[in-house]
Amino acid sequence: MSDDSLQSSNYDIPPEMQGTVSITSLDKVYAWSRKNSMWPMMFGLACCAIEMVVLAASRFDIARFGMEVMRPSPRQSDFLIVSGTVTKKMVPQIVRLYNQMPEPKYVVAMGACASGGGPFKEGYSVVSGIDKFIPVDVYIPGCPPTPQALMNGLIALTKKVDKERIKTSKWYSKGAEAAVPVPVLGPDLMDPRKYALIYEQTHRPIEPEIPAETEQKEG
Amino acid sequence: MSEEQITVVQIPDISLQYEGRVVKDARVGYSGFIVGAEHLLEIVQSLRDELGFDYLSSVTGVDYLPEGKMEVVYHLYRSIGGPALVLKVQVPRDEAVVPSLYHLFKSADWQEREAWDLLGIRFEGHPDLRRILTWEGFAGHPLRKDWKEPYFEEETKPFKSRWPEGITGHIEDKNPFHDNVQYPDGFDPETWVPQAEEALYTSAKKIGRDAELHTDTIVVNLGPQHPSTHGVFRMVAALDGEQVVFLKPVMGYLHRNHEKIGERNTYLQNMPFTDRLDYVSSMSNNFGYALAVEKLMGIKPPERADYIRVMMAELTRWMNHVFSFGFLWNDLGSYFTPMIYALEERELVLDIFEAVSGSRMMCNYFRFGGVARDLPVGVLDRVKELVFERMPRRLDDIDKMLTTNEIVRNRCIGCGVLTAEQAINNGASGPNLRASGVPYDIRRADPYSIYDRLDFDVVVHYHGDVYDRYLTRLDEARQSNRILQQVVRDIPEGPIMTGKPAYQVRVPAGDAYGRVEGPKGELGFYIVSTGKPNPWRYHVRAPSFINLTSLEDMCRGGKIADVVLNLGAVDIVLGEVDR
Repeated sequence: MSDDSLQSSNYDIPPEMQGTVSITSLDKVYAWSRKNSMWPMMFGLACCAIEMVVLAASRFDIARFGMEVMRPSPRQSDFLIVSGTVTKKMVPQIVRLYNQMPEPKYVVAMGACASGGGPFKEGYSVVSGIDKFIPVDVYIPGCPPTPQALMNGLIALTKKVDKERIKTSKWYSKGAEAAVPVPVLGPDLMDPRKYALIYEQTHRPIEPEIPAETEQKEG
Repeated sequence: MSEEQITVVQIPDISLQYEGRVVKDARVGYSGFIVGAEHLLEIVQSLRDELGFDYLSSVTGVDYLPEGKMEVVYHLYRSIGGPALVLKVQVPRDEAVVPSLYHLFKSADWQEREAWDLLGIRFEGHPDLRRILTWEGFAGHPLRKDWKEPYFEEETKPFKSRWPEGITGHIEDKNPFHDNVQYPDGFDPETWVPQAEEALYTSAKKIGRDAELHTDTIVVNLGPQHPSTHGVFRMVAALDGEQVVFLKPVMGYLHRNHEKIGERNTYLQNMPFTDRLDYVSSMSNNFGYALAVEKLMGIKPPERADYIRVMMAELTRWMNHVFSFGFLWNDLGSYFTPMIYALEERELVLDIFEAVSGSRMMCNYFRFGGVARDLPVGVLDRVKELVFERMPRRLDDIDKMLTTNEIVRNRCIGCGVLTAEQAINNGASGPNLRASGVPYDIRRADPYSIYDRLDFDVVVHYHGDVYDRYLTRLDEARQSNRILQQVVRDIPEGPIMTGKPAYQVRVPAGDAYGRVEGPKGELGFYIVSTGKPNPWRYHVRAPSFINLTSLEDMCRGGKIADVVLNLGAVDIVLGEVDR
């Protein structure tokens, strides 16, 4: 094992065993092995997905980071790259896929659209960022981010994984996260966490000031 | 061009032939003919059967809010070539009902559904008029001019809040939900029952049942998260054993409001949005949009700009076809290793795009009346090296590896057959149409830019199966190579822009339809201008979307495993399907 970062220098290893034995902490070896074999989910949404595919090809080659195994099933994947515009019609599926992933799980928001709506934010059927629904670990700017930028983001993710400790990490503590409620497609996208707010807003008495306000705007 | 083709180019004045039922569109800047809704069916049928306008390319609507009118616009072509015959039907806005052309042209199927979904035009006689890009239950028809999205700020850009004052803020703060949503008054989320999915599955279950044998069909859902669907595309198939008896595509999972945003934008602001339609071949998309607006403005790019444009468009086509070979392998089950070969070539073309435009994928390179900037030093030499050395060799490699490969031949020959009649009727275009034996290529049928001066052949194959679609693409890539060799040889020096580059272009009132032969097929832009800085209507005739109309015809009767192959051979990009 040539990885020096894994070695704890505080222990003396007899000279005849050097190079074959390393003494380290469980935390370190656990994080080390985890960060070197992160499997992304094979999940392409839009333009960014093409750059994601390119990253897996020969010029950029994420196999160097142990990430080349793209799993089509959420059950076998470690992280989700949200690669593209998240539309309202697609959100329920993405949330469901996220819920189906085994823990520990991570989300990378790739590109402007997944991070905050991007150029399509103003549109009627686009969600302004996947983080409105599921927790995001790494945001990657760009439209689309170049493969280099994506690689940088993924390295940032491995750094985050490397820092996690078994005792303190949320994945292994009691009362793990509940599943994210899956949004419903109604007259518009409905987040079950906001039902009370929707009811309150749609049952307001009509205020007389509203037309005056719009007049001001036009003027 | 031969003498015969020139005679084809005439559009007859059909207002004389169908006097009393058809009148010329007399508005300034507009073209085409206005038909009464009650005469539409008979006239279209007569045009198809007697005058040979057998290819219905585009169906869309325009909402003329100030006049209280809704206009449905049809673009008909002859499959032997020539310009478009434009038919328009005007109906009152509040009661927009038009007879459906579904039974005359199957290509109207999804386009009418789209017009219903986004504009609320009801097509009478359409057998399956459901929403297509949004979902069943969605409130309102978003492309109507009086429909406002939740993040609505102003009718047109640039928004006053941003320019010239430059006030920054989050649009979320103005929306009571802090989200991009809105709900009708009196709506109660607790009592809402989601619709749509049930209807789809029941219709799938009904089909193919044999009463005597008591067999049952299995309904299978593929997608939207599925490794073979090239994106977020979904299909519902009913299977009898392994045989597909019913297949309905479901789309809209990447519907990004291209047209609504496009109508708020200024003309130039739309250019980068077109990149994101077919994101594999952004340069071709730029080309189509630039042509449509130039048609309205009545300008022509200088010679050098035309050559650069064609060079970029053909590089795109070459790259797209090579990419599609990679996908073909992928869909045949040879996962990703062959894809790497395709992507290696693609990178070389992307390097050129990056050098000329600054971006690998989203080039935003074309401008009205030219291109954004001239070729940087050294790029032409690299293109030369590619087109004379590398590209022909690579195509020969692919040819050697795929064309006679036993697995490829066994899987592809006879799979997903589309006859010439079906292809024309379904509005298929591009390699899908030409693989079915119809030699229709817009670069020859209705030449634009400098294509009439270039020497190339229209590729055509006759079996209409997946194998022929592959062969068509392979030969077409060779022809692109041939065009590129001529272009880099002949490219003149000179200016690259007509007039001064302008942020706000002046576009006279009128309508125009610009179309190019994109790598996927006929990419058309229908633009209506009122003389303001923003287009009144901006519609994209997306080839991937309309080519998919044929998917059910290709898959029915085949095996479920071939569905993946058929879908791959149609060569879709979801950004363009859903827009």
